[in-house]
Amino acid sequence: MAVEASAGTMRKRRARVSSGVRGYGRATPYLFLAPYLLLFLLFVIGPAIFGFWMSLHDWDFQLPGKPFVGLQNYKDLFDPLSATAEPFWHGMRATGIFTIASVPFLVVLPLGLAVLLNRKFPGRTFFRAVYFAPFVLGVAVIGLMFRYILDTSFGLLNAFLGLFGISEIGWTNDQPWAFVSLVAVTVWWTAGFNAIIYLAGLQDIPAEQYEAAELDGANTWQQFRNVTLPGLRPVSVFIITITLLASANMFGQSVLITQGGPGDTTATALMVITDTGFSQFRMGQATAMSYLLALCLAVVSIINFALLRERKP
Amino acid sequence: MRRRPSAAFWILVILLTVLVIVPLLWMVITSFKTIGESQADPPTLVPQEPTGRAYGEILTTGGQNPVLRWALNSFAAATFHALLVVVVASMAGYALARMEFRFKNAIFSVILLTLFVPGFVFLMPNYLLMDNLGWLDTLLALVVPGAAGAFGVFFMRQFFLAIPKELEEVAMIDGANAWTVFTRIILPNAKAALATLTVLSFLTNWNDFIWPLFVLFSPERLTLPAGLTLLQGAYTTDYPVIMAGATVAAVPVLILYVFVQRYVIEGVARSGIKG
Repeated sequence: MAVEASAGTMRKRRARVSSGVRGYGRATPYLFLAPYLLLFLLFVIGPAIFGFWMSLHDWDFQLPGKPFVGLQNYKDLFDPLSATAEPFWHGMRATGIFTIASVPFLVVLPLGLAVLLNRKFPGRTFFRAVYFAPFVLGVAVIGLMFRYILDTSFGLLNAFLGLFGISEIGWTNDQPWAFVSLVAVTVWWTAGFNAIIYLAGLQDIPAEQYEAAELDGANTWQQFRNVTLPGLRPVSVFIITITLLASANMFGQSVLITQGGPGDTTATALMVITDTGFSQFRMGQATAMSYLLALCLAVVSIINFALLRERKP
Repeated sequence: MRRRPSAAFWILVILLTVLVIVPLLWMVITSFKTIGESQADPPTLVPQEPTGRAYGEILTTGGQNPVLRWALNSFAAATFHALLVVVVASMAGYALARMEFRFKNAIFSVILLTLFVPGFVFLMPNYLLMDNLGWLDTLLALVVPGAAGAFGVFFMRQFFLAIPKELEEVAMIDGANAWTVFTRIILPNAKAALATLTVLSFLTNWNDFIWPLFVLFSPERLTLPAGLTLLQGAYTTDYPVIMAGATVAAVPVLILYVFVQRYVIEGVARSGIKG
């Protein structure tokens, strides 16, 4: 049935195209696509499949033999006695804590920032550019900069807090402060990015909706609640999705600011994966970890999608 | 309609601005301090004995930490990468926006789907691929694989969908072939989008951290982000030197940003709406 239907549309489509203006031959679209598709197959699709293949092997980068082990690498991750399970789940815990602690701030604060920037005031373009500026810097710069600011003995933050009589806090080497630091630095770095996306969503909400609400006597808060928030639903789904994606990828902040510490509490899943694959050369296990982490992320994203998708009126 | 911004509004706006600027300013200020002063308690807001020692240290310690070389590597990689992205993404984006062919929707769906696959999935297999291609520790590893990312294609397709069709139809009736239409009519009308994609690709590549950290080894081949990690390891608490390195990595992009902020911000905004 489905095949017949799609063949039918295909025929119809072809007929429509040939009757219209069509200044290109049958091969032309593929020639336009070819350079990109070549890269795409070689560096995206190929590696995605090959990575899964690797995860089914005892793939030691340095050894000539790479025996097939089936799903053993995955099973090991669920076997408390194996060498890989403990570091992996420690990493997952760090990534999980970071995600749970950072996503709410990265979703809510940028919305406030966007509402702020959506008002008309002199210098608006300038302030928009300033708030977005941290995002154009890389994590390496951000990491080194805040490693110094957050330093327990020499850091600006503790010196500033000292003015109020607050004694030294171990922002980079004491829990829960290490997580507070990582979340705060990430908010400082990426809030402007999410805000700009919200802002575009805000500007897409028709002004008539606000006018209608105002005629109905809605106050500012009611307008925000009943016009702004529903209007932002699709953009919010997008923001939560990319923020979750970025949190699962969390790496640089931990490497440069807390060095995974104190202990291994802030050593994220990606740090464990790269350590297993590149430092211990056990790439089979490392790719199995990657795929499991990606699977967890997919599950969380799908739940988020199901919860927030447009509800039928 | 709406009330004028209140005093509280302005205080908030200014406070947020200070919050953004202070860390950056502190980085630059510290880079001109002596080690002793960078560890002073309480910290000095203005360097009491301003010194260029930190910059002398990172710009001249022959071979150990060739920061200028890293900057050059970063610049070359980001430039070539951005050019490659713009060429392949605009061609593919045009085909997907304007042409009819078999499997078009399937191809586009697969490309779009990979936007939501986390990058670490590709890390090990692409590393082995680099090894097999002999690209480890070379510029090619920084320039080429990243250009397979889906964002550019998606971005250009959205832009081309918005260009009026009449433009090309007139040319096609005149007998121009697809390539002529693309290069003579479409691209000149897409300058803003091409500029935006160039800038975004350049910034992404310049700032990339994980990939260069693992595919580059030789000190003289590193990019700035990978090199800064080395600097942090070598100078641990010599913060003026570390801040000088961070400043060298930050200032070029901040200067670029001052000139192209409109493109960057509009590019990011547009990617969100259509997402």
